[in-house]
Amino acid sequence: MASEAEGGATLPVGVLALQGDFVDHEAALQRHGLRTRQVRTVADLDSLGGLVLPGGESTTMLKLLDVDGLWEPLGAVLRSGLPVFATCAGMILLAEQVENPVQRSYALLPITVVRNGYGRQFHSGTFVLNSAVLPAGTSGTFIRAPRITRVGIGCDVLAARGADPVLVQKGPIMAACFHPELQPGLNPVVARFVAAVRKHAMLPAGGA
Amino acid sequence: MASLQTKDRSVSIPGFTAEELVSKIGFFEQLKGGVIMDVIDPEQARIAEDAGACAVMALERVPADIRKHGGVARASDPDMIASIQRTVSIPVMAKVRIGHFVEAQMLESMEVDCIDESEVLTPADDEFQIDKRMFKTPFVCGCRDLGEALRRIHEGASMIRTKGEAGTGNVVEAVRHMRTLLSQIRGLLGMDVLQLEKKAVEMRVPFDLVAWVAERQKLPVPNFSAGGVATPADAALMMQLGAETVFVGSGIFKSGDPSQRAKAMVRAVAHFNEPKILVEISRGLGEAMVGIDINLMPAHERMAGRGV
Repeated sequence: MASEAEGGATLPVGVLALQGDFVDHEAALQRHGLRTRQVRTVADLDSLGGLVLPGGESTTMLKLLDVDGLWEPLGAVLRSGLPVFATCAGMILLAEQVENPVQRSYALLPITVVRNGYGRQFHSGTFVLNSAVLPAGTSGTFIRAPRITRVGIGCDVLAARGADPVLVQKGPIMAACFHPELQPGLNPVVARFVAAVRKHAMLPAGGA
Repeated sequence: MASLQTKDRSVSIPGFTAEELVSKIGFFEQLKGGVIMDVIDPEQARIAEDAGACAVMALERVPADIRKHGGVARASDPDMIASIQRTVSIPVMAKVRIGHFVEAQMLESMEVDCIDESEVLTPADDEFQIDKRMFKTPFVCGCRDLGEALRRIHEGASMIRTKGEAGTGNVVEAVRHMRTLLSQIRGLLGMDVLQLEKKAVEMRVPFDLVAWVAERQKLPVPNFSAGGVATPADAALMMQLGAETVFVGSGIFKSGDPSQRAKAMVRAVAHFNEPKILVEISRGLGEAMVGIDINLMPAHERMAGRGV
């Protein structure tokens, strides 16, 4: 769909494709001019320009990461300084602390998240966000979304729903409670990640 | 004509707001590449979740037992559904009888994550299915062909599953329905407006919906598979044929080693295109459920024919 020439970034963005809305993430990145690659095995982690952890069920992803021997290799990529974008279940995998129930994670973002913290699917919906970095009126679709109840030092809050942080960033890692990948057309949150991927591609090899 | 956009999908469905479409369809997008397992109690629900199920379907009897016991099969006891909701953190779905909108209202008030208006239960209305546009909870419905799929979508279903023949452990009907659906979608390709209008009348759905599918060559909602999946190979088969997620009903808890089989199913769906991995996970799984030859089954015992 998108060529390297129009993309500006030479390496594809890996999208973890064990379970969840990885196809939506690929479509969203392609709309923004990036190439993508589904990541299912260790070999798929080679030479990526960025990495996306999609929405889905974090419990399912945890099982598959273990049984497929991906837990450690994926962790190494997540810690390598590569631009990372995680939504919903993906954010849960990165949070320092997970509640409801407690489960393990990569603990790369100093946040506490409560799974399904806004309630069951009945309470899912699209809400306008408050943000200093996104265009006014930007909204987010929350689906059985995790709720961030603590943000630690070194983690920036980029957007909030009411008083709750819902888009956070620490260094090269950005994570959202909602699903910008589900919204049609170009999206400012996806665009922010795409800009980070392009910027990273300009760095000298190995730089991060 | 107002057009609602959900990523590259665009279809107008009366009664839906664009936001509702995104959050209802978006719910099913989160389940993709996963396995949804039928469970009858909290213990089975925990086994399913531990094995990596992306959701569970709470029901009193799995389809194989509904077949065995006969009688009228209805929505499950609210206590039983609530006990499963308390036990797992993954989405909990439940079934209602075709056309039984009060059972659906009750499940919505219990905040079940998704309602399956299912041919596995005894139909409550042989003329109309539920007007699913009246609900905030997303619905899944079964289909055997494109007409059934589009009628359900027009009524407000935000996900379609091919029916297969539940409780048989025999994948042949699931394959038939998936192939039929996809070949009928391809059949719309190249039709002119008059032909599409005729199709819309035949299928009893609005022209716009048929035109949308003809142009984009896919359904406007996710397409999952159900009914008769008993082995990891069956699950991978349905994925390769075009399913985006697989429902496994009786196949897991009617087998010799449910926990091992459940784990194998989850991995088979994630790696449906990798025969080497499928071999590895199919070793030493123990007894699969005993299957039923559909050809030897009396017509009145078939569930797939239920619905309008």
